Amino acid sequence: MSLDQEVATLRRIPLFANIDPARLKLMAFASQRMVFKDGQALCRQGDAGDAAYIIIEGKADVVIDTADGPLRVAAVGSNDIVGEIAILIDVPRTATVQATGEVVTLKITKDLFFRMVSDFPEIAIEVMRVLAHRLEKTNEQLREARG
Amino acid sequence: MEPNLFKYVWRHSKRDQLAILLLVLVSLPFYFLSLNLPKQIVNEGIQGQGFESIADTTVHGRIELPLSETLFGEPLLLFEGFRLDQVDTLLFLSFAFLALVCVNGVFKFVINTSKGRLGERMLRRLRYELADRLLRFRLGQLRRMKGPEVATMIKDEVEPLGGFIGDAFVTPAFLGGQAITAMVFIMSQSLWLGLVAGGIVLIQALLIPRLRIPILRLGKQRQLTARQLAGRIGEVMDGAVEIHANDGSNYERAELTSRLGRIFDIRFEIYQRKFFVKFLNNFLSQLTPFIFYLGGGLLAIYGQLDIGALVAVIAAYKDLPGPIRDLINWEQQRNDVQIKYDQVIEQFQPTDILEPERQDPEVAAAALAGAVAVSSLSLIDDNNVRHVDAVTFELPLDRHVALVGDGTSGKDHLTLLVAGLFPPSSGKIRIGGTDVQDMPEALLGRRIGYVDPSAYLFATTLRDNLVYGLRHRPLREAEQDPEALERWKAQLAESRRAGNSLFHLEADWTDYEAAGCSGPEELLARILEILEAVDLEEDVYRFGLNGAIDPAAQPDVAERLLEARDALARRLADQDREDLVVRFDAGRYNANASLAENLLFGTPKRPDYAAEALVDNALVRDALERAGLSALLGEKGLAIARTMVEIFADLPPGHPFFEQFSFIDADDLPEFRQLVTRAEQRGIDQLPTEDRRRLKALPFRYIEARHRLGLVDDAFAAGVVEARRLIAEAVRAKDPGAVEFYDAGTYNAAASILDNVLFGRLVYGQAGAEEAIGTAVRETLDSLGLRPSVCAVGLDFEVGVGGKRLSATQRQKAAIARALLKRPDLLVINQATAVMDGATRARLVANILALCEGRGVIWAIERAALAERFDTVLVMRAGRLLDQGGFAEVSERSEDLKLLLAED
Repeated sequence: MSLDQEVATLRRIPLFANIDPARLKLMAFASQRMVFKDGQALCRQGDAGDAAYIIIEGKADVVIDTADGPLRVAAVGSNDIVGEIAILIDVPRTATVQATGEVVTLKITKDLFFRMVSDFPEIAIEVMRVLAHRLEKTNEQLREARG
Repeated sequence: MEPNLFKYVWRHSKRDQLAILLLVLVSLPFYFLSLNLPKQIVNEGIQGQGFESIADTTVHGRIELPLSETLFGEPLLLFEGFRLDQVDTLLFLSFAFLALVCVNGVFKFVINTSKGRLGERMLRRLRYELADRLLRFRLGQLRRMKGPEVATMIKDEVEPLGGFIGDAFVTPAFLGGQAITAMVFIMSQSLWLGLVAGGIVLIQALLIPRLRIPILRLGKQRQLTARQLAGRIGEVMDGAVEIHANDGSNYERAELTSRLGRIFDIRFEIYQRKFFVKFLNNFLSQLTPFIFYLGGGLLAIYGQLDIGALVAVIAAYKDLPGPIRDLINWEQQRNDVQIKYDQVIEQFQPTDILEPERQDPEVAAAALAGAVAVSSLSLIDDNNVRHVDAVTFELPLDRHVALVGDGTSGKDHLTLLVAGLFPPSSGKIRIGGTDVQDMPEALLGRRIGYVDPSAYLFATTLRDNLVYGLRHRPLREAEQDPEALERWKAQLAESRRAGNSLFHLEADWTDYEAAGCSGPEELLARILEILEAVDLEEDVYRFGLNGAIDPAAQPDVAERLLEARDALARRLADQDREDLVVRFDAGRYNANASLAENLLFGTPKRPDYAAEALVDNALVRDALERAGLSALLGEKGLAIARTMVEIFADLPPGHPFFEQFSFIDADDLPEFRQLVTRAEQRGIDQLPTEDRRRLKALPFRYIEARHRLGLVDDAFAAGVVEARRLIAEAVRAKDPGAVEFYDAGTYNAAASILDNVLFGRLVYGQAGAEEAIGTAVRETLDSLGLRPSVCAVGLDFEVGVGGKRLSATQRQKAAIARALLKRPDLLVINQATAVMDGATRARLVANILALCEGRGVIWAIERAALAERFDTVLVMRAGRLLDQGGFAEVSERSEDLKLLLAED
């Protein structure tokens, strides 16, 4: 897959949908394409986070460790972004993400992410929008749980 | 050192000086003959004086015994001479002239080279003596001196002495002789005029040197300021970090400016005075003829002096000012070099300097035994600070002792005193009953290991640094071919003449026995064992992987590394991970390697075959042309330029992305933008050559798998493989040896060990590939028993100036390893694990104490808690020893230790 195809994939991700293609191309060019094999972990719960991954192809399980052993809490697939929380705030990875089948990702290092955000404010605004959406969704779930 | 330069020179070179003097004397008659000959040629040979006619003959070459007529009443002929007519005379005299020119030339050549050699020998001796003294200085003295200043003294300030020493005795003898001859002649012609001339010479000789005293004083200042400038520049280099970190560069500029200003003032004043003296000197020289003309003329007019005598006096006087002036100049030079000499040796005469006997390498260094007994030991520095205050203790030598205390406790000074590196102000340290201060360095340096926190390493290989503690004197003469042996003998003879060291640097100095080994192989095993203990083995292994071996010198290692190459491929295949390395295949394009690597398919051994030079390499260009890639290369370059211009357009120049990712410098980006526009409008073919070159240069660093611009399609890949074949053919034919080609069955001497074992490129974009390959390589090398060979290569790592290519932690580990390797009876460690993290330090303490089982260790340790592992703990505060004993009991009763433990 070439850079242009990666840019096309990135544009399908809501976080990047509104961003100038040249910027996305720079981000794709500066980031590393990383292929995970079946069973390999994109990130591991408790580890320090140094990168986020954008899944271009394939599926992965989100697993958290519980007292009763690993618990699969969600699944992620293409166009999803994983691990962004740990690079925004310095917390250890909150879950393990494990590839189910081959997974092709773009690895966005913390350094690259912050540079993109600070150089191109429109990316920052998009990140805020996505996080606000997620907060809103969590609040809703909380309300439902209480009510 | 001898304070008088003349006595120093005379003592060491009187035979050579006398030989040169003799040579000068022998050469003089020939010189005078050659002066007279032109006149003779004109008068006799050409004008025919003494010849009646062209056929007449005269006698030549008649030699009488000098003074024979006065002694015996008649001349005694030694040689009757021969008769020649005018033409033959001209021929004879002309050839005699030519012969004299040759003889004088040879004399001059021999005299000058003898003087030069003599000067250089003395200079070599002087420099050696200064360096020798430097090696005998006490550490306290050395700490007060600036390295660059000392370097300037030894290198530059004594340099003029070399030029002067050859003339030191010859010149005054020669010029003095000339001047006296002229004076005697004048005196014999007219006593009065002679007295006048002598008087003025006397005034010159007394006045001029006096006037030159301030110049000499200024010269002294010039020398000092220049030396300080050198010291200051050294300081600017050493303090580079502080200067940049504090924006101090402009202060430094002003500081240097003020120094340069002072040097300028001094030098300019020297010029003013020097030229005034010159003026005065010239004036006095011309005053004498004035008196001769006036006084002598009057005397002649009144008939009291014969005109012929006056003319002769004036003619003789011509020969006087020259030698006098040169003599005065010589005197000036003599004063100058004497001052230089004084100023230099003054710095090399400290009150306390080690006696040469203390550094005698042949002294027996028997093992230390008994106890370390320290009695009322004190160390007071120049500022009256008591670093160590009346410390007394006695411990058996096999004890492991921890010194604990805070930064001002004096534990660091105590280690320096115990290691015999600093003389105490009072008190004594005895080891096995002998005062450490009386021990020769052969004993201190071989039986005691001292590790300083600064952990200085010399700018050589890691191996040389580690075995430094085993090299005290040449033990086995180097194996040399007869020619080298002859050369070495000549060098040795010359060293002896200059009083230099007679030790052969090329000999084998390594004392294997001291390390408990029988030879180089065992020593390597021992070094690796110690590196393991100080936690440095893994680093050395990694240096080794990136190092190279010479397969011609180590064919067996190369052979086994080739085995490892296949074994690694098999291991990866077994693990189903062969996709992690894309192996080199002569028939395939490797998408994980750059275009340059793909074209060359080998390791460049000459700079004109390096990746960035390939675009200008005619041979490569030709191959690309023939493979039909030339135009394609321009297109690929344009595609890269277009993408770079597009995606980097909005970034400010200096953004780190440029350096990390871009193919084009930020500064060149605007130019490339125009270039892309022009190329798109007109086509690449229409661009000027230089622009086309710039585009074509871009793809050489392009790696398809990493940069993902989709530039390498099947057709291009096939073209590159074809070009690769053509390049290989052409290189083998025209530039053999310029490239070491990849070949699955041959060891590549130009590539690193890792590259040889991988024989391919790590695949881009596979998660965990690097770790997996690292492990696989390690396991493969281990299973083939190659790890020691790789580490041996790692030991050849050049550590850089002061070991700066190693991290601070690595330097400290290397310094500890250096001390451990010589198996000292007493290991003294002065906070040499200061920069390590806690876990590493704890591990090191355990390993080192285990290695030194049964031998003494005194360790000024950074963390009091670590003292628990030692037999005895000494608690210090403000230079005083407060408590000592086992850790358990002392930690019970000593408040200080409790406090230190709480602070940990």
